[in-house]
Amino acid sequence: MSKMAPPEEVMKVDYSTPAESWMDVKPEFKLGNYSYPGKPDVLKYLGLPNPREWNPVEEDWKLPPDWREIVRDGFRELLKKYRSLKVFMDVCVRCGACADKCHFYIGSGDPKNMPVLRAELLRSIYRGEFTVAAKILGKLSGSRKLEEDVIKEWFMYFYQCTQCRRCSLYCPYGIDTAEITFLARDLMNRIGVNINWILEPVANCNRTGNHLGIQPHAFKDMMDFLVDDIETITGRRVEPTFHRKGAEILFITPSGDIFAEPGIYTFMGYLLLFDYLDLDVTWSTYASEGGNFGSFTNDKWMKKLNAKMYHEAKRLGVKYIIGGECGHMWRVLNQFMDTMNGPADFLEVPKSPITGTVFNNAKSTKMIHLVEFTADLIKNGKLKLDKSRNAGITATWHDSCNTSRGMGFFDEPRYVLENVVEKFVDMPAQTIREQTFCCGGGAGLNNGEFTEMRLRGGLPRGNALRYVQEKFGVNTMSCICAIDRATLPGLADYWAPGVKVTGLHELVGNALVFEGEEERTMNLRQEDLPGVEGSEEDE
Amino acid sequence: MAGLVTAFLAVVALAAVAALGAGAGMANVFGIAVPYVAVAIFVAGFIKKVIGWASTPQPFSIATTGGQQQSLPWIKQSKFDNPSTPFQTVVRMALEVLCFRSLFRNTKLDNRASEGRVGYGSDKSLWLFSLMFHYSFLIVLFRHMRFFLEPVPMVVTGVEFVDSILQIAAPTLYLTDVFFVVGVSFLLARRIWDPKVSYISLVSDYFPLFLILAIALSGIYMRYFAKVDVIAIKQLAIGLVSFKPVIPPNIDWSFYMHFFLVCVLWAYFPFSKLMHLGGVFLSPTRNLPNNTRMVRYINPWNDPSIKPHSYADYEDDFREKMIEAGLPVDKEA
Ligand code: HEM
Ligand code: SF4
Ligand code: SF4
Repeated sequence: MSKMAPPEEVMKVDYSTPAESWMDVKPEFKLGNYSYPGKPDVLKYLGLPNPREWNPVEEDWKLPPDWREIVRDGFRELLKKYRSLKVFMDVCVRCGACADKCHFYIGSGDPKNMPVLRAELLRSIYRGEFTVAAKILGKLSGSRKLEEDVIKEWFMYFYQCTQCRRCSLYCPYGIDTAEITFLARDLMNRIGVNINWILEPVANCNRTGNHLGIQPHAFKDMMDFLVDDIETITGRRVEPTFHRKGAEILFITPSGDIFAEPGIYTFMGYLLLFDYLDLDVTWSTYASEGGNFGSFTNDKWMKKLNAKMYHEAKRLGVKYIIGGECGHMWRVLNQFMDTMNGPADFLEVPKSPITGTVFNNAKSTKMIHLVEFTADLIKNGKLKLDKSRNAGITATWHDSCNTSRGMGFFDEPRYVLENVVEKFVDMPAQTIREQTFCCGGGAGLNNGEFTEMRLRGGLPRGNALRYVQEKFGVNTMSCICAIDRATLPGLADYWAPGVKVTGLHELVGNALVFEGEEERTMNLRQEDLPGVEGSEEDE
Repeated sequence: MAGLVTAFLAVVALAAVAALGAGAGMANVFGIAVPYVAVAIFVAGFIKKVIGWASTPQPFSIATTGGQQQSLPWIKQSKFDNPSTPFQTVVRMALEVLCFRSLFRNTKLDNRASEGRVGYGSDKSLWLFSLMFHYSFLIVLFRHMRFFLEPVPMVVTGVEFVDSILQIAAPTLYLTDVFFVVGVSFLLARRIWDPKVSYISLVSDYFPLFLILAIALSGIYMRYFAKVDVIAIKQLAIGLVSFKPVIPPNIDWSFYMHFFLVCVLWAYFPFSKLMHLGGVFLSPTRNLPNNTRMVRYINPWNDPSIKPHSYADYEDDFREKMIEAGLPVDKEA
């Protein structure tokens, strides 16, 4: 991060608007504000059009010769398939209520990051190509012709949107820029304008089952590794199974949880909980990705990748599915899965074998969130938890965009958190729950080359975190999203150094007291527990 | 800026056309032909637009959830910000349409970089003035019924009575006239002086505001200053709605100007952003319940030919490695 100015400087955002009309301002591609294009072999594997080497900073993007017709026809097709698009193109009154709600606008001051203007990038073409009324007045009415510069602008700004839907909450007509971004990306994919950090994961998920491209044997190795760690920490040998036919439950979580810190500690938390309950649960290497990078690409790939979950559940003959801690995964599971790949009539309505609770809120998809499951366990007194194992932690809670505005998952995780830590404070009201701010890494923007822009977009979250850090001594931010767990540590290091990031089940795993267990001296990170003999007294 | 000037000049030109035209003996055109055409365009255009939206499928149920979901029985659901039943969804929509619920949430960014703090304080001004504007519009429109109905229904006179409760000026001042002008003026002022809003504004944003302001001002001029012959105007209005149009004498030019601008608004409406009137009811982030794990939502164009990369193909790809790692397989090598 050597090139990045310090937070005090980056906070001084220039919100003034340029003198010239936004249509006359051309996007400037600089390292740090865009993501690298999709690689040709990845596009070929996925059967996506126009695989080639190209570079956004160069003049020639090597679009196919008939790219205009492709985009026009595609736009027409999407307008016929999506009422959302049609209504959102027609009804915006440009009141600007959404303008200062986007973290990328707040952090960059670039007016094209105002959700309304992001949408106008597409709407101007809609007017120019598909409406009579606006054509007459031309630019004054905000319509324009499809030119290569327009595609460049789309690439810049529809890949500076994390599909977080914060804008949509405030819009008087519910215009959802995330939906517009999703469909604009679909259009761009039709002419080979896309980013590798989305498409390579799509390809990996398809073939290996997870976005990191971990092959089955390697996945098992990583699991064994974590099982060994758990033994070191707790003295217990947990015994997860793979592909076990006839198990009651199939468990699916984002693969980031098995691969990198701090996700692995959450993963260990899952394993400990299942062992504690002696839950009849199995894992799959084939369906080893909860996340859905197709939902950053187009409806076809979203469906195709998601379809693996039911496919595998059916093959294994489980009764229902539990999903792990992830954000956009849960938007797909809540709002898209049943529609795309249901009905799941071969599964049963989820019923907790421990408490007998029937999860009627998932009676059609037959897939529940692990946090719902755990909250129910705690409520029914089925878990013995020792908060002092998380002593020293003053936690705050980051609501992930997708579980917040695409589901409404607020009180369940807070309930679990309050039962496993001694101290918990929320960040300011206008930065949490349905008003939560994005980590900056959603919808495929958690790649290395985009770090500068992502950290700028992290300003609102980072500043709110800094606030509770200074005011209440918060030192831990907990969350239920794999992209958060990958993004927030960097965000915290920059905006609120000293705050660490944990998943929720990491803290559950720490607090779980097994019958007849040997006393724990360290947490799942293998850090000494405070107050344990031999540990350094850390201040 | 160009948008603002263009829109302003357009409205001035339209007003002048009517004022001069009616004075030059074209009362038939402005009093009879134009209104019929305008209303026809409005009705046809409005219906066409709404049918266009309604006949387009909504593939996914994408409610923007603004509160706690329905979950475990001991967790309190935020029923009207995150509805899970049709009834709750209707309430959500009603709050949206009648109270501008989402606009009520509005906040204002306050980046105090020097203090290291960013705030998002509540900002209800747009909510307040929009609400003021819309309800005044509605009431003013409703009061106009007295020109079209004989005898004037009780509700209309009742509304008039309440609206002029202050009993000031002669003819008595309607409160909604004041609120209406204040509301539009605020929306216009904000569009000009808030740099963010001004940057995104187009001709089509200024035009309806100027047009509506001109309608209001011309109406006020007729009532309080020109004191036009209301009996004659009522004759014309009733003639129009009973399809026996007449042009009574003694109608002031200012009426034709007012009436023409209204006709322009009708005719312009279906092709403009004013269609948010219809669109808000069809917005899928607001009019669908968040119950998609309980009830399967159907996408009419869901493509059954899209299948996952199958487990069998996956196993074929990795069988040996799987066996070596001790992972169960369906087919032995
Ligand atoms: C849910 C219901 C509605 C909401 C939330 C809503 C919201 C708004 C907002 C925020 C504006 C201000 C635009 C600006 O800043 O210029 C506006 C303008 C306007 N609305 Fe509505 N509106 C609604 C329904 C209606 C209805 C039923 C009508 C019927 C006539 C209507 C007619 C207008 C008109 C004429 C304008 C002013 C022209 C303009 O600003 O361009 N609206 N509306
Ligand atoms: S809040 Fe909605 S209507 Fe207002 S400018 Fe934004 S998208 Fe348009
Ligand atoms: S969805 Fe989120 S990132 Fe995209 S425009 Fe809206 S607020 Fe910004």
